[in-house]
Amino acid sequence: MSGGMSPGMGETPLLAVEDLRVDLPLEQGTLHAVRGLSFEVGRGETLCLVGESGCGKSLTSLAVMGLLPRRAKRSARRLSFDGQELLGLSERRMAALRGNRLAMIFQEPMTSLNPAYSIGDQLEEALLCHRRVGRRQARERAVHLLERVGITAAGRRLGQYPHQLSGGLRQRIMIAMALMCGPELIIADEPTTALDVTIQAQILHLLLELKREMGLALVLITHDLGVVARVADKVAVMYAGEIVESGSAVEIFGNPRHPYTRGLLSCVPVPGRTRPGEPLGSIPGIVPSLVGSLEECGFRERCALAQAACRRPVPLHRLEAGRAVRCVLADPAGAPA
Amino acid sequence: MLGFLVKRLALALLVAVTVSVVGFVLLRASGDIAVAIAGEGATETDIQAVRQQYGFDRPLPVQYVEWLGKTLSGDLGRSVYFNVPVAQLIAERLPVTLLLGALSLVFALALSIPLGVVAALRPNSLLDHAALWLAVFGQAMPSFWFALLLILVLGVWGRLLPISGTGSLLNYVMPAIALGYYATPAIMRLTRAGMVEVLGSDYIRTARAKGLRTGKVLFKHALRNAVIPVVSLAAVQFGFMLSGSIVIESIFALPGVGQLAWISLQRSDFTVVQGIVLMLSVIYILLALLADLFNAWLDPRIRVA
Ligand SMILES: Nc1ncnc2c1ncn2[C@@H]1O[C@H](COP(=O)(O)OP(=O)(O)OP(=O)(O)O)[C@@H](O)[C@H]1O
Ligand SMILES: [Mg+2]
Repeated sequence: MSGGMSPGMGETPLLAVEDLRVDLPLEQGTLHAVRGLSFEVGRGETLCLVGESGCGKSLTSLAVMGLLPRRAKRSARRLSFDGQELLGLSERRMAALRGNRLAMIFQEPMTSLNPAYSIGDQLEEALLCHRRVGRRQARERAVHLLERVGITAAGRRLGQYPHQLSGGLRQRIMIAMALMCGPELIIADEPTTALDVTIQAQILHLLLELKREMGLALVLITHDLGVVARVADKVAVMYAGEIVESGSAVEIFGNPRHPYTRGLLSCVPVPGRTRPGEPLGSIPGIVPSLVGSLEECGFRERCALAQAACRRPVPLHRLEAGRAVRCVLADPAGAPA
Repeated sequence: MLGFLVKRLALALLVAVTVSVVGFVLLRASGDIAVAIAGEGATETDIQAVRQQYGFDRPLPVQYVEWLGKTLSGDLGRSVYFNVPVAQLIAERLPVTLLLGALSLVFALALSIPLGVVAALRPNSLLDHAALWLAVFGQAMPSFWFALLLILVLGVWGRLLPISGTGSLLNYVMPAIALGYYATPAIMRLTRAGMVEVLGSDYIRTARAKGLRTGKVLFKHALRNAVIPVVSLAAVQFGFMLSGSIVIESIFALPGVGQLAWISLQRSDFTVVQGIVLMLSVIYILLALLADLFNAWLDPRIRVA
C-alpha cells in the first residue's frame, strides 16, 4: 500500500516484465503469440491491458502466472515479482507464490470451478495450502470474503456446488478465492466478458472497490475502453502480440499517438456524441497471422496513414514521461506526427 | 439425493423384472421341457403326465408368477447331476468366485489407473507408448493363454506360487492376475482419455492458480473427475470377469461358480446353468447400481438427476 499512483523513482516495481515472449509450436509453424512485451506494475497500481480478441492478452497473463499450456514456450529478459526473478523458478516455489502473493481471476467463470467439490472446500483450500491455519479459520475467512463480495447467506453457500450457482455468483466466488490469502497483485483476465451485461458492471465495480480497499495492484484485461478510462493508472494497448502504445491513462486518452489506439477510441461510445442505436466505428481489416515473424508494422494494412516506412519492422519509440509508441509517425527523430 | 436414490432403485428393480421375464420366456421357448424331463423313450401320455405334474399346461403368466415366487424364496430347483438344491450349490461356491473377481478387479485397477494417469501426464512420451503397447498386448492375448503362461513361468519354473487349489490367498494370485490383466487395457485407455481431457480444463488451471502442489492438483482435482466413466466401465469389467472365471477357475482348479458352470454345461445340468445365469444377472444389476451410486458420490451433478 504505497499509496502513490506510480512507483517512485528507484523503487522496485511489484511486477516487472521485460521482453516477454510466448511461442506455440503448431503444425504450420511457430505461432509467436506474445512478441517481446514489456511493462511494469507498481504497488497499488492499476494497469489495463487492452486489445482485440486474439492479440495475446490471456497468454501474457498466463505467462506471468506460470500457467501456460505445457507446449507453449515462455522466454523473457526479465520477469520479476517484488524483485524476485520468476524465470527458472521451480514449480514448487512458483506454486508457493501463486494464489498467495499474486492471484488470478479468469475469463470463464462457468468452467473455472471444480464441479466435484463444494464452494467451501474450494475456497478454504486456497488458504490452507499457503497458511498454517485450521479448517475453522479457513472457513471463517471464506464466509467473511463471500460476504465481502456481496454473496448473501454465505454460510449456506459453502455447502453448495458450482452447478447450483449462476455465472455472476461463480465469478464473485472466483474473486473471493483470489483474495483468500490477501495477495499483493491480482491479474483479472476479462473478468466480466462471459457475464450478462446487467451483471458486468456490478462485478467490475466490486473488483475495483476491493482493490482500492485492500491496496492491491491490479492488471485488468478488458475490451471495454469505457472501463479503462475510469479505472486505469496505466494503459498498455496490445496489437498482434506486441504493445503498440503505452503510457498513463490520462495521456493515452487525452493524446493517443498510435493509429490503432485512435481507432479503438473511436469505437467507444461517447456520451453526448454517440446517439443511442448508432453503430460504433470499428477498425476495418483483419489482424495479421501470428505464425512466423512480422517484418513490417502489423497494423499497416488496416492503417489509413500507412507509408513506405511501415514496410520495415517498427521499433518501440520511448517518448517523454513513460510513454512508448510503436509507430513511424511517432518517431521523435523526424517524420511529421 | 433421496430422489436420485429412489429413482435409481426403481430403475434397478425394473431391469430385474425385465430380465426375469425375458429369462423365463427364453427358458420356455428353448424347447419342450416336458420332453426333456420325461426322458428318452417316453410315450406321449408320459409327457402329458409330466406337463400336468409340473404345471406346464397352464398359461405362461401363471407359470411365471409361480416361478418368480419360488425363485424369490430361494428355490432354484434341483441339480440332476449333484442331486442337491441349485441354490445350495451356488451358495457354497459363490465366495470363491467373488473373492477371485474382487482380487482381479483390484489388480486391474491398481495397474491400469496409475498407468493411465502417467500416460496422460506426458502424452506421446515413451511411457505413454509403453503403456499403449501393454494395453494392446493385454487385449490381444486370450486369458486362458496368459493363465497357462503364468503357470509355466511363476508356478513351474519359478516355483513362486501354487498352481491350483484354494489353500491360501496365494492360490488366488495367479488366477487374479490372469483374469484381471484382460481388463486393464480398457480401463487404462479410459483413464488416460479422461485425465487428458480433465487436465486441460479450466478448473485444473484454477487449482494450479491457487498454488496447490502438483500432487493435490492431480489426485484431488483431476482424478476424481476423470474416473467417473471408469467406474461404470469397471463395473462392466467385473461382470466380464465373473464370466471369465468359467475358464480361469477350471484351469486353476478353484472350486467356484465358474467351475460349477463348466461342469454343469458338460453334464447338460440345465437347472444349475439357469440358476447361475440368474445369479449373474442379479450381480450385474447390483454392480450397475453400485457404480451409479459411487458416481453420484464422486460428482454432485449426477445426484440431482
Ligand atoms: N492453446 C493454444 N493453442 C494454440 N493457439 C493458441 C492457444 N492459446 C492461444 N492461442 C492463440 O494465441 C493467440 C493469443 O491468444 P490469447 O488467448 O492470449 O488472446 P486474447 O488476447 O486473450 O484474446 P481474447 O480477447 O479473445 O481472450 C491467439 O491467436 C490464439 O488463437
Ligand atoms: Mg483472453
